[in-house]
Amino acid sequence: MPYTSEKPPLARSSEELRAAIPGWGVDLDPKDRPAVPKENFTRDTGAHWDFPERQPEEWPRERSIEHKMLTPVFGTSCPPKGFSGAIRKYAYSGFSEGQTAHWMLLMAADRIDVLESSVGSLLHGKPDNPITETGILSELKAHPIRSRIGQHRADLKHQPLDPVIVAAPWLLMGGAAYMLVKSLRSRSRDESPYRLTDR
Amino acid sequence: MRAMVYRGPYRVRVEEKEIPRIEHPNDAIVRVTKAAICGSDLHLYHGMIPDTRVGMTFGHEFIGVVETVGSSVQNLQAGDRVMVPFNIFCGSCFFCSRQLYGNCHNVNANATAVGGIYGYSHTAGGFDGGQAEFVRVPFADVGPSKIPDWMDEEDAVMLTDACPTGYFGAELGDIKEGDVVVVFGAGPVGLFAAKSAWLMGAGRVIVVDHLDYRLEKAVSFAHAEIINFTQVDDIIVYLKKITDGLGADVCIDAVGAEADGAFFQHVTSTKLKMQGGSPVALNWAIDSVRKAGIISVVGAYGPLFSAIKFGDAFNKGLTIRTNQCSVKRHWPRLFEHVKNGILKPSDIVSHRIPLEHIAEGYHIFSAKLDNCIKPILIN
Repeated sequence: MPYTSEKPPLARSSEELRAAIPGWGVDLDPKDRPAVPKENFTRDTGAHWDFPERQPEEWPRERSIEHKMLTPVFGTSCPPKGFSGAIRKYAYSGFSEGQTAHWMLLMAADRIDVLESSVGSLLHGKPDNPITETGILSELKAHPIRSRIGQHRADLKHQPLDPVIVAAPWLLMGGAAYMLVKSLRSRSRDESPYRLTDR
Repeated sequence: MRAMVYRGPYRVRVEEKEIPRIEHPNDAIVRVTKAAICGSDLHLYHGMIPDTRVGMTFGHEFIGVVETVGSSVQNLQAGDRVMVPFNIFCGSCFFCSRQLYGNCHNVNANATAVGGIYGYSHTAGGFDGGQAEFVRVPFADVGPSKIPDWMDEEDAVMLTDACPTGYFGAELGDIKEGDVVVVFGAGPVGLFAAKSAWLMGAGRVIVVDHLDYRLEKAVSFAHAEIINFTQVDDIIVYLKKITDGLGADVCIDAVGAEADGAFFQHVTSTKLKMQGGSPVALNWAIDSVRKAGIISVVGAYGPLFSAIKFGDAFNKGLTIRTNQCSVKRHWPRLFEHVKNGILKPSDIVSHRIPLEHIAEGYHIFSAKLDNCIKPILIN
């Protein structure tokens, strides 16, 4: 009880715990814990360099402006492309990791990338298929009702939002296409030589 | 080669991609034999981590066979069976030389606050991951280890992240003999953290979650007391009550960015991406640990801000300890525990899924269907 000096007693002593739980206390001594102390200097890492050889930079690799230089090794997956790529480059060149704008721009680029990539994939004859890509058909063999009903799960309150998130890019694209067509039709009507005008 | 690719929030597919090539003299190309989907992959899958690009291959838990090595590789050769830590690290920078491999400064051009992680967005370096037939492994002389002949392959996969991260969570708690330890989250990392807390001499280990089947696993695998937080009025009051009003000595947040239990927090982070993560578990940890207690955070959060109850942490004089686990540092000790039968990491594997069906694997894991705890991918 915190109102007095003694710590509340435990139900089981160390001896009882050692007997009941395999391995109890084998790493009780901090010396047996690999990450103690936190910083433990070593040169025995397998590295046979003081500074690694540099990986060739095959395109202007975006990097955090908090780095003094491009790191000697870096990932080359998915170079920035399109409008989303331009936003990513701007986020890296203009803002440090400490700026909220840096991360918000990257998140915006992620959303635009999804739209761009969906269109690009369609044009390349490999359209996105929300049915197979969401894995929704696995519901049929993964006990969807038994997994959810009567299980005291807290996440059921927000799971209905998931399809909205998945559908959002298509809804946005559909909305944009509708607005574009509507605007073009309206313009063509305005420009029609046969349109009756008020007199 | 066949590889999983990200197509947008909640959508992945398997595509034909070019086999990765040697891009640096100390690279290796590894043919993946087994990989796993990690709970933190779900943060990417849900579109929560900034700079997650369409087309990226996820996967930071994998083992395989070395296919080719770069010109400067000395410790590995083609045909070696290897396990690869989720950290990509150089072994020589300021941080690596202090064994903080998860904080390597030489591999992530995109961020200084994050080390390099396979298949974990450009925020973690822009490296493709191991949910594919082949993967590029930088610093092959530093990261991977040959899989011991006696080790089960599924144990090896679990040792590339989930098991050491859970163990590290207990280590960060600086557990002393008889300490009361509360673990938030009964996913893979939480299960390993609970199990490891006993190894470090805990007097009580209590696991909190909302999924009954995972809590049952916490009993059978980790010998823990369990609480389903949806079944108590107020989890903080309940934890205080069962610790005689004092609170726990150590709380471990093994949930991270997608914590449930507060609708507003969850929706603003996971669905609306307005926070780096839903800090429900972390706030519960802050409020349920005793004054001057220790909080260990091994659940992953994104780089944006989160609505953390820092005033309570300040007023209670808490020590909050965090980091990405430096996996390789833990291997010698954990190998001993596995060999001696103290740990059997593959006991938590619940699903084995072919790579071609990965979209279904992600959905089952994400929606917590079919009592899914840990899905493994089989190539």
